[in-house]
Amino acid sequence: MSLALIAALPFLGALLPGLMIRAGRDACAAVTGSVTLLALVLLALQAPAVLSGEVVQTRIEWLPALGLNANFFLDGLGLLFAGLILGIGLLIILYARFYLAKSDPMGQFYTYLMLFQGAMVGIVLSDNILLLLIFWELTSLSSFLLIGYWKHLPEGRQGARMALAVTGGGGLCLIAGMLILGGIVGSYDLTVILEQKEVIQASDWYLPALILILLGAFTKSAQFPFHFWLPHAMAAPTPVSAYLHSATMVKAGLFLMARLWPVLAGTPEWFWIVSTAGLVTMVMAAKIALFKDDLKALLAFSTVSHLGLITMLLGFGTKAAATVAVFHIINHATFKAALFMTAGIVDHEAHTRDLRRLGGLRHLMPITFTIALLASLSMAGIPPLNGFLSKELMLEEAAHTVWITPWAMGLLATLGALFSVAYSFRFVAHGFFGPKRDDYPHMPHDPGPGLWGAPALLAGLVVVIGLFPMVSAAWLVDVAASAVTGDAVTVKITHWHGLEAAALWMSLAAIGGGLMALGAYPRLRALWDATPRPEAKLIFDGIIEPLAATCRRLTDGLHNASLSRAVTVAVLAIAGAAAWAFSGGTHLAGDRALLPISPTVLALWVVMVIAALALPFYHRDRVVALVLTGVVGLLIAPLFAFFSAPDLALTQISVEVVTILLMLLALHFLPKATPVESAPARRFGDAAVAGVAGAGIGWLAYAMMTRQPAFEPISHFHLAQSKPGAGGTNAVNTIIVDFRGYDTFGEIIVLGIAALVIYALSETLLRSPSVTRRLATFVPVREDGDRHPMMLVVATRFLLPMAMMVGVYIYLRGHNLPGGGFVAGLVFAIAYLMQYMASGYVWSHARQRYDHHVLIGWGVLIASLAGVGAWAFELPFLTSGFEYVNLWPLEEFELATAAIFDLGVFLCVLGAVLLALASLSRLALRTGEDVNTRAFDIDPSDPVKEAR
Amino acid sequence: MEALVASAIGLLTAVGIYMMLRLRTFPVILGLTFLSYAVNLFIFVSGRLTVNAAPIIGRTEPYADPLPQALVLTAIVISFGMTAVLMIMAIGGNLEAGHDRVNMSDTDDDTPEVQS
Repeated sequence: MSLALIAALPFLGALLPGLMIRAGRDACAAVTGSVTLLALVLLALQAPAVLSGEVVQTRIEWLPALGLNANFFLDGLGLLFAGLILGIGLLIILYARFYLAKSDPMGQFYTYLMLFQGAMVGIVLSDNILLLLIFWELTSLSSFLLIGYWKHLPEGRQGARMALAVTGGGGLCLIAGMLILGGIVGSYDLTVILEQKEVIQASDWYLPALILILLGAFTKSAQFPFHFWLPHAMAAPTPVSAYLHSATMVKAGLFLMARLWPVLAGTPEWFWIVSTAGLVTMVMAAKIALFKDDLKALLAFSTVSHLGLITMLLGFGTKAAATVAVFHIINHATFKAALFMTAGIVDHEAHTRDLRRLGGLRHLMPITFTIALLASLSMAGIPPLNGFLSKELMLEEAAHTVWITPWAMGLLATLGALFSVAYSFRFVAHGFFGPKRDDYPHMPHDPGPGLWGAPALLAGLVVVIGLFPMVSAAWLVDVAASAVTGDAVTVKITHWHGLEAAALWMSLAAIGGGLMALGAYPRLRALWDATPRPEAKLIFDGIIEPLAATCRRLTDGLHNASLSRAVTVAVLAIAGAAAWAFSGGTHLAGDRALLPISPTVLALWVVMVIAALALPFYHRDRVVALVLTGVVGLLIAPLFAFFSAPDLALTQISVEVVTILLMLLALHFLPKATPVESAPARRFGDAAVAGVAGAGIGWLAYAMMTRQPAFEPISHFHLAQSKPGAGGTNAVNTIIVDFRGYDTFGEIIVLGIAALVIYALSETLLRSPSVTRRLATFVPVREDGDRHPMMLVVATRFLLPMAMMVGVYIYLRGHNLPGGGFVAGLVFAIAYLMQYMASGYVWSHARQRYDHHVLIGWGVLIASLAGVGAWAFELPFLTSGFEYVNLWPLEEFELATAAIFDLGVFLCVLGAVLLALASLSRLALRTGEDVNTRAFDIDPSDPVKEAR
Repeated sequence: MEALVASAIGLLTAVGIYMMLRLRTFPVILGLTFLSYAVNLFIFVSGRLTVNAAPIIGRTEPYADPLPQALVLTAIVISFGMTAVLMIMAIGGNLEAGHDRVNMSDTDDDTPEVQS
């Protein structure tokens, strides 16, 4: 459980910053940090077991049928990465607290950061590759939010989009590759896959899977030719760059290659693809980095270069090289995160990151300078710092690797190291050395410890690992490398390999060459500026923009904001698809015995056909159209009753009444007539489309009714179990409240939401000045002098208790006879609506004790309680129980929990109907009409104050 | 009898779709109401037509299929909710834009007309 909790904690923590920001920025950062700290502590508790060689596992079955289980495992590699993610995450949270400006929404930043952190931890702890893929996509999404955090900067938005397009596209390839991998092995569990090296490498699908997985890894880790997104992602705030783009996210690709190293590495394909991509990336990016003036751009390309270095080492496919890769991952995370943070400090203090405008900061910012110096020397590979140790080991591996010729790899690796020395020195030399200037955009000073604390700690690590590698890092490298290679690894890291070691001479050449390059920088720079080179962003935009334009043309062509055309296309498409499907399928003969025509149904049919056919001809007068609709709707009720569906008949008749009332009310705010707008030809075409659809549906209904069901209906079960299982004899009601109670639960919630949407929309309308202005101009025509006739008022008052009694009766008998909560709710609603109609909204509303919203809320609550109540008896949600009770002097009666559920349905329906109609009535209050405050206009008991 | 019911379903569908192809909100909503009638009936008759066979246990068999009835019962109530939401949207459109056309056009601006 604990591993799943480590992965879940950042996600849970993501909820907190938004709340805590109200308590201030310190509280917000402290809470966010403590969540990360808690996860780190939980991880540390697992560490002893992992260090002793165990693999900690947590298995939670989620969708076992799909092979999707929430399985987590923690081995050395996972421990290393999870430690980096949470540890550096903690430092970043501290740093960001002091880095972000007052105007930046900090709660949002921390929420995004925690989402990202959770996704990263999820990747490195997942045992199931499908789960890993989900977390992988989550890192792409959360990094999109983080890169684009400064929404007002166009570079931020473009960089975020580019990062998402590249890493998201790679993610799609990765999904395909992982599914193939899972298909080869027959399991989606990493621990199983990792033991199937022979099976995987012998499979015909090995190469496609390899290429697809590598596409995912290369895009994420910014390997050539997908490296271009990373420098553009530097538009993000510096804490994001330090966290995502140096220490963690870009290492997800490396993690994936390391994770799958045991089963994918060791083949010629792996060697050629991975080591070549890594080598090219390393040399090329190091060269570009040298010529970047923006501190963060320099660091971005340097990161790309170092990622290439690690990729190359993994590509060699030897255990020694993989071990060096692991060591360099640790070292790079320490010095590069520190460098990014110092770049952020310089930007924060001097208001520029441009090396051409900096220099001389050594005197002004001694603390920042010390940190930057240590970290850059480590990046350059100067002894005795940690960067030196891993670079020596890398050069040694490269020197002994045959790539095209025996010496090419060693030479190119030395060249990469040379550039690396040059840009590292340039970072310090052009930024901090030199004379103090008097034209900084802002006079820089060392910031408070809040900003330099985190990079200082990392710089300390750089020194400690550099001086005492065997004590401080070797144990971690051992377990992580053992996990990568699948063999027990014991490294020996020393500073001196002897004069005969090739790396010594390669290092010396690199340092010497690097210094020379820096010395000749102005001339090299002139040469660089004179050489034409492809601009990645232009190429990217050149590919994306035509694609986007095509999509836009396609969308605009398909969808021109004309509902009529969309409906026509949809109807014809459905009709065509149905005809095509039917012509190709088989079906039974239509030999089901037909019912004889009954005169009742024939009479209903005749009236319905006349009313329906009249509608298209007379719909322009909207009141007439409404009457015709009401006629058809009401005729359906007896049809239901005739064909053995009394429950439906009751529901239909009551819903119809409510619907017509609603539409009448709505017509108050709409034109009363529909103008003639379409030409006869157009109407004829519409009629043809409608005719095709009607004929198709009618014919389909006829075909269905004249055939036996293709499968036995499942309702035999419901009929047989209605009485013994659910304790009711009305099978329709027992299905609604018991067998399919969960559906009904969802439906009443939907109904409640619909009513709340109506309320919210009417509120919004009432707030809009143009709407209220327009409403005020509505002066309805008074057709007679008596708006609230006394007869109607008195009659509805008498009817109210009777109607309510009928409602209660219908509710109570529903379980056994036609009726139930739905119908009872509608009957109550109609009884109340009659009061509204008789005496007006204001008078009635003033006498109403409960808000309609409250009714909806109680309805859903009672229905949930009826469902949750089953848990008390250790039964699943919404399991109902019933008991027969003998209570003198009553007859034996039944008490069922389903009745409580039905009460919830009743309240929800009542609340929803009343809220919907009341919302419309509220609009009417803003019209020019005066409002009545009395029950009826002419009150005979009050002869003096006769109204109007 | 099946032919009568099937033709009624077909007719309701046709009228519903014809009305949905009109250019103003109110007829479109009426069309949708007709289409709901047709769809509810269609789902209902998928249990096949039976007379005097209400699914109340204890009466003489056979019983009508209760499952389509239960489905349609909730569908009727939900379609009320849907109609009501569409109505408030139509009202809002009319009050905000000054007209109740359903199709957007390029020249769509605030051109008020006679309201009621």
